[in-house]
Amino acid sequence: MLEFTPDQQMIREEAQRFLREQSSSEAIRLIVDTGASHDAGLWASISRELGWCAMAVPEEFGGLGLGATEVAILMELTGARLACVPFWSTVCLAAPLLQSAGSEPAKAKYLGAIAAGEMAVTVAYADLSVADPAATVAVKALRTDGGYRLDGKVAQVIDLEAADIVLVPAALEDGATALFALARDAGQSVAPLEVLDRTRPVAALELAMEVSAESRIDEGCVSAGQFREALAFANLGLAAEQLGAAQGAHEVTLAYIAERVQFGRTIASFQAIKHRCAKLVVEIAEARSLIFGAAQGLGISDAAESALEIAGARVLASDLQFRAAEEAIQLHGGVGFTWEYDPHLYFKRAQANAALLGAREAQLDRIAASVFGDGGVK
Amino acid sequence: MSDLNAFRTEVRDWMASHLSGTFAELKYRGGSGEGDVLPELRKEWERELAAGRWTCPGWPQEHGGRGLSVAEQVAFQEEYSRAGGPGRIGHIGEGLMGPTLIAFGTEEQKKRFLPGIRSGTEFWAQGYSEPSAGSDFGNIKTRARLDPVTGDWVVSGQKVWTSLAHLSDWIFVVARCEEGSVGRNGLIFLLMPLAQPGVEIHPIKQIGGGAEFNSVFFDGARAKADDVLGQPGDGWKIAMALLGFERGISTLGQQMSFQQELDLIVEISKENGSDRSPAIRQRVAYAWTGLRAMRYLAMRVLSDDQSPETRREALTYKYQWSNWHRDLGRLAMDVLKMDANVVSDDPRRERLQQMFLFARADTIYGGTNEIQLNIIAEQGLGMPREPRGKL
Repeated sequence: MLEFTPDQQMIREEAQRFLREQSSSEAIRLIVDTGASHDAGLWASISRELGWCAMAVPEEFGGLGLGATEVAILMELTGARLACVPFWSTVCLAAPLLQSAGSEPAKAKYLGAIAAGEMAVTVAYADLSVADPAATVAVKALRTDGGYRLDGKVAQVIDLEAADIVLVPAALEDGATALFALARDAGQSVAPLEVLDRTRPVAALELAMEVSAESRIDEGCVSAGQFREALAFANLGLAAEQLGAAQGAHEVTLAYIAERVQFGRTIASFQAIKHRCAKLVVEIAEARSLIFGAAQGLGISDAAESALEIAGARVLASDLQFRAAEEAIQLHGGVGFTWEYDPHLYFKRAQANAALLGAREAQLDRIAASVFGDGGVK
Repeated sequence: MSDLNAFRTEVRDWMASHLSGTFAELKYRGGSGEGDVLPELRKEWERELAAGRWTCPGWPQEHGGRGLSVAEQVAFQEEYSRAGGPGRIGHIGEGLMGPTLIAFGTEEQKKRFLPGIRSGTEFWAQGYSEPSAGSDFGNIKTRARLDPVTGDWVVSGQKVWTSLAHLSDWIFVVARCEEGSVGRNGLIFLLMPLAQPGVEIHPIKQIGGGAEFNSVFFDGARAKADDVLGQPGDGWKIAMALLGFERGISTLGQQMSFQQELDLIVEISKENGSDRSPAIRQRVAYAWTGLRAMRYLAMRVLSDDQSPETRREALTYKYQWSNWHRDLGRLAMDVLKMDANVVSDDPRRERLQQMFLFARADTIYGGTNEIQLNIIAEQGLGMPREPRGKL
């Protein structure tokens, strides 16, 4: 059967309480309106004091050695509050890649720093919009006497400004993929992009630089399987965030319609509106079940089966997040499309997330290829 | 875990050796839209199950069950369906009447009724809905009057959508026993034999041609004084408790048969080329996703998790499975293309056609979509209740 352990339940309750206080609408707007890369105070609390980044890092590297379920719980809750912190990029995108493809010294150094809450890390995948972003590589790595020369441009890197380290997959001359870790002042160019979703910053990365041999951190090149393993975790975390953001948008909406009076009654009393809210609960239930079912099985069940469940979770979560956000706007009526009220923040995050790591069609194609057993239609 | 696997093996072996010979004909039958097929053989199958102690396995041992845990009951349901176990004619007695008798019946009532249910020799029907008491179940008009001479209750009125009444021996009837009472008050829960003067059963032919439902007319029919469950006036309480016993353990078995339907759709689409349509592929993948999500939702609901999320989301289960199944029916027909319209004796096609048609009932019986959404909004989200009209 499927339920949280008492420890997981406790993590959930405490995180929920903390984020309600610390990632309020006012706090988010401070970031959104000033154009800051992230909420540095909140990030310090989350990473250093609360130890959330240590959850899934193995104990040998200073982490708590917990699993995907704990991370999904925290992703759900940061999503619900649109917390402006590089949590997903560090914990779901970068840490699993370090874990699956990093050399032992690199793991000790970077995973240790992540677990200690001392480091935000992101990954410069060439194209984050496809289900397999490691299939193409935008950066070339040429061996030099002292190390490597890196050249290339990555159009969009999430949380790049906030990251202390960016991991860069780069193609070697023989076509294999190596992984480099660059500190923020290593000589790369970072150009922040003006984006619709200001709760999660994106920047372009340009590399034309020499790096030392020590910057290369993979254990004899990164295989497609290692990328896949890391990306499964990123996708699962993203799905959980989408679930949370949907729940957050829904709660904002329920609070508003319970107060708004028209025709002498709250608009929450109209059946047309009740049914729309109830349908969202149906979709939330569906997405939550698949996300936490997949989280519980990740690393235990067959990896291919887990990947399919995560693909399905992304489909449901992407549909759900957009639906919840558009319903938030519609049910707020006139104020729903103003800057002052929160629905637009959820709406923009929904669209931005839907395009990440494979849109629903790509996820469904993966599932179909397996269900039909034909590897997909060419 | 290994105990559970051993248990699964036991069920699988039993099914393999018993759902064979004359019973082989029953494989995968009696499901969606064909609840009334092969009734005599399916009654014999109930007795076969009983001989193997596989009827009522979730009942406590003192009442003849095996006292299985929830996980074991789920495993049983899954293995039963996986093996192609037919739709259970004894389902209402085993899943609804039995647990209600155990909770509310007198010792004498338990002694009289439970063995017949467990042995597959007495079958039950459910007398709830009436022509003007569907979603509005409190609007029951069937009357029960006390005969002062015998102490019997004399019943007049009409019940409708009564599954398998024509194959059943007994019916439980919720009736109005207090003149002038309305809504939840003044109701009584009666246990009545169907073979008696004053009871007439008329089949209702369904959308797919079968007739699993009936209208049951009562005109001076009798329930013995000893056959009242609880006290007169307790009818609503007992009727609601009975619905609560259907905790969804059978739903994982139901999902196994959904999976078989989806497998059939994939198989046929590969044969007729529908699998090359990107749109069909996406719909199949979406159906796969929905079914997997339902599986985990059922596992959450069955886990006794009391978190507010799970309690609220448990209310969505009926809406989810019924709408998923209805959509699957349409997908099945779209995969079959022109063949969907042609009746043939290909059992795969027949099964999908019946499913397509009968799935339209899924979003109506047991609480319509619209009632489900009201329940989710009101009980799950605490939104204002629907006002009652005055008609």
